[in-house]
Amino acid sequence: MTGTRWQDTLKHSFRENIREYTMIAALLVIWFGFGFLTEGIFLSTRNLSNLFVQTATTAILAMGMVLIIVAGHIDLSVGSTMGFCGALAVMSMIRWEWTTVPSMLLTLLVGTLIGAWHGYWVAYRKIPAFIVTLASMLAFRGAIIGLTDGQTLGLEMIPDALTADRFKALGQGYLPTFFAEVQEGQWHDSSLVLGLVCAVAYAWGEWRQRKARLKHGLSVLPLPLTLLKALLILGAGSVFFAIMGRYLGIPFCIILVMALALALSFVTERSVFGRQLYAIGGNADAAKFSGINIQLRTLGAFTVMGLLVALAGLVSTARLNAATTSAGQNAELDAIASAVIGGTSLMGGEGTIRGAIVGALVMTSLDNGMSLMNMDITYQYIIKGAILMAAVWADMASRKA
Amino acid sequence: MLRHQGPSFPFAKEGELMPSPLLEVHKIVKEFPGVKALQGVAFDLLPGEIHALVGENGAGKSTLMKILSGYYPYGSYEGELSFEGKTCHFHKIKDSERAGIVIIHQELALVQKLSLGENIFLGQECTRGFGIIDWDQCWTRAQELLERVGLKHKPQRLLKDCSVGEQQLVEIAKSLARNAKVLILDEPTAALTEEESLRLLSILRQLRKEGVSCIYISHRLHEVLAIADRITVLRDGQTVGTYPRAELNEDQMVALMVGRELHDRYPRQTRERGAKVLNVKDWTVLAPDQRLTCQNINFSAFKGEILGVSGLMGSGRSELFMNLLGLWGKTRSGTLELDGQPQRFRSPQDAIEKGMALVSEDRKRYGLVLGMNITENTSLASLSRLTRWGAIDAETEIQKAQAFRQELKIKSSSLEQPVGNLSGGNQQKVVLAKWLLTEPKVLILDEPTRGIDVGARYEIYKIMNELVARGVVVIMISSDLSEVIGMSDRILVFHEGRIAGEVMAAEATQERIMAMATGTLASPSTH
Repeated sequence: MTGTRWQDTLKHSFRENIREYTMIAALLVIWFGFGFLTEGIFLSTRNLSNLFVQTATTAILAMGMVLIIVAGHIDLSVGSTMGFCGALAVMSMIRWEWTTVPSMLLTLLVGTLIGAWHGYWVAYRKIPAFIVTLASMLAFRGAIIGLTDGQTLGLEMIPDALTADRFKALGQGYLPTFFAEVQEGQWHDSSLVLGLVCAVAYAWGEWRQRKARLKHGLSVLPLPLTLLKALLILGAGSVFFAIMGRYLGIPFCIILVMALALALSFVTERSVFGRQLYAIGGNADAAKFSGINIQLRTLGAFTVMGLLVALAGLVSTARLNAATTSAGQNAELDAIASAVIGGTSLMGGEGTIRGAIVGALVMTSLDNGMSLMNMDITYQYIIKGAILMAAVWADMASRKA
Repeated sequence: MLRHQGPSFPFAKEGELMPSPLLEVHKIVKEFPGVKALQGVAFDLLPGEIHALVGENGAGKSTLMKILSGYYPYGSYEGELSFEGKTCHFHKIKDSERAGIVIIHQELALVQKLSLGENIFLGQECTRGFGIIDWDQCWTRAQELLERVGLKHKPQRLLKDCSVGEQQLVEIAKSLARNAKVLILDEPTAALTEEESLRLLSILRQLRKEGVSCIYISHRLHEVLAIADRITVLRDGQTVGTYPRAELNEDQMVALMVGRELHDRYPRQTRERGAKVLNVKDWTVLAPDQRLTCQNINFSAFKGEILGVSGLMGSGRSELFMNLLGLWGKTRSGTLELDGQPQRFRSPQDAIEKGMALVSEDRKRYGLVLGMNITENTSLASLSRLTRWGAIDAETEIQKAQAFRQELKIKSSSLEQPVGNLSGGNQQKVVLAKWLLTEPKVLILDEPTRGIDVGARYEIYKIMNELVARGVVVIMISSDLSEVIGMSDRILVFHEGRIAGEVMAAEATQERIMAMATGTLASPSTH
């Protein structure tokens, strides 16, 4: 292979993945920028670990939002319904004295039904998703107040202490160690093992994919570049697990996010359901003519969103120790912004799960960093708005080129 | 053979001075990364002339027109462009429009929900100043312009209530409102019926008398011969030559376009009719607005034959087949038998599972997801059969797509190329691949060669023959009469929602089919 062709491949692959690279670059710039501005506090293992936990809620919502937006719709209700689900869970444990698992199951069921309800009106009654979910955004904010009598429901109000502890673990707990208790600053054995497992699984998957592509004559990066890319990703993964491992280990909610990301990536990239969602968003007429049941798929997307909203509600309530009437306010906007920053096209038919997660990290990093700097809330909102505009503008500009 | 002609004015009487060209391009070279789209093209347009531009897809017609209209700004190409004797530096489309060159694309630039008058003055509304619209002036001027293009509608009528042919004329009225001296028409009749096309051509002749010149791009060669004063043939980004109309016939044009002689435009095969596969009885279709679209349709389709379906657009032919597959309207009555089994398809997916496939007439709208790649488009209608453990079996998916890519000769850089970047002919092949992957018993092709160049057309015809030989029932709906006669074994002719008649292709003539399609069979026109 000649030198020029090698460079061409590199250039080509760079151009194809430019959006992902710029996103990751932007994230690093933000991190090191805040690291500098906060004199390193932002980059401490403690803060980064916190940051990841904070990201969990937004990331879960953003992943669901990818499905909805890819299918050509939008969900404005996720903030309110997430708050409602959280309140319902706490309510069931306080007032009805349910234990953790039943109340979580109830919450997941209710969330799923709310999603299906949206899907029904959008798919079968042809009401624009914007309107259906706007209605829910208002209605469920009211329902939260009705359910909680306008009170903040703290987890300490749960009569059964074990129930409360178990519930809290979802938002505040860490993976237990194999051996003795470890302190902050010591290596957390089980987290590192989990990291190792992930690394091996990743390397194996990547290798298999490369072999399959070669077999079918599809273009692949030259071997050294593949190795370089794999090393970079493994390196980033190691840093991530090292941060977690140095600080109390992997939180449960991060394991949940990773599992969801894996499952939803599978759905979007490998399942019939996912492929059909992309086709519907890309060209609904062609999808219909190809025998795709658009209504059922739309219903499916909203139902999955509902389940994810319920999960996000549980995680955020468990993390914040309470269900409040304002829980989840503006969460829909963070979720949409994360998806869009992550490359999801509001025109439908385009978007990735991993992009949404990076987008969620960007949004949460801004929140976290600006709070650490004690920045005036006025500017926090303005800056977040500006970043969203800039991200989409950069995306549009790179598409044109 | 044909000799090359320099610029000449076909109507110049002897002794008269040759008029100088209105528009002239000289040695135009346009490069895209990796491709030279135009390599020194020369072209000129005389005042009051209709000049046809023909060539296969990818020959450079569209690129040349985009240069003329300023879409590719001055400086992005080499060579010279002059209009009315002055060298032009168009930097954007507005510049060329101001000079009087207006391009009308295949996809019309009109707003469906606005009135004809509003559409005509879109972007240059008649105002009283300060951006306030002068409606009286708008309606009167629009009325005049509509009359000039032969439309009798009120300017207040909404565009969506007009047929595609009428919309095309509205687009021409719009360009006249911009004082167009040169009209560039890109495949203006691709979506029109024969009748509407004839009307358009007569309007263009009228405008020529009024001094409007026209560059006419079309794959329909008989139209080109009917209307053009001169014809320029492009091939591979180069001018093959410019010829007065009288010097060319269709076959010669095709030979110049493809650079070789195509002896037969239709690869006809003799074959024997086999078993009856599809039988439709008393089928009556209601449109979504409750209008009767098709009434008492009776027909059968057999193995071993191509069933042609002809008729004017709006005669209910496409609607019938979409309705049969559960894609459109309501079925009021009728029975359908597939392989002797009565069927009523509840949904498109049901029809596809039972072995029906429909290649729609509008491939970009109904056929393809343009942002998806070749593999994904190919598998789109067969996904449920390509799964393993609930996941798409990527291995099989790619193998199938690869097989069709080779079999149908889909030209692309790789299977992962988005279909939006393919040429029309290759896009159509991807749509075909998608339906062939469903292994249909009955394949319905609605306008399978619309907007596709001669070479790719021929390949699609060969694929159709091959499918018939393999036992697939092929039904071809087409507005192109010579194609219907050339490819079908038997032809159904639709007229106003009914089957006006059935003819064997061997006995069919264009006049006879046209007469049936227009309901004038009693007195077939003979000219």
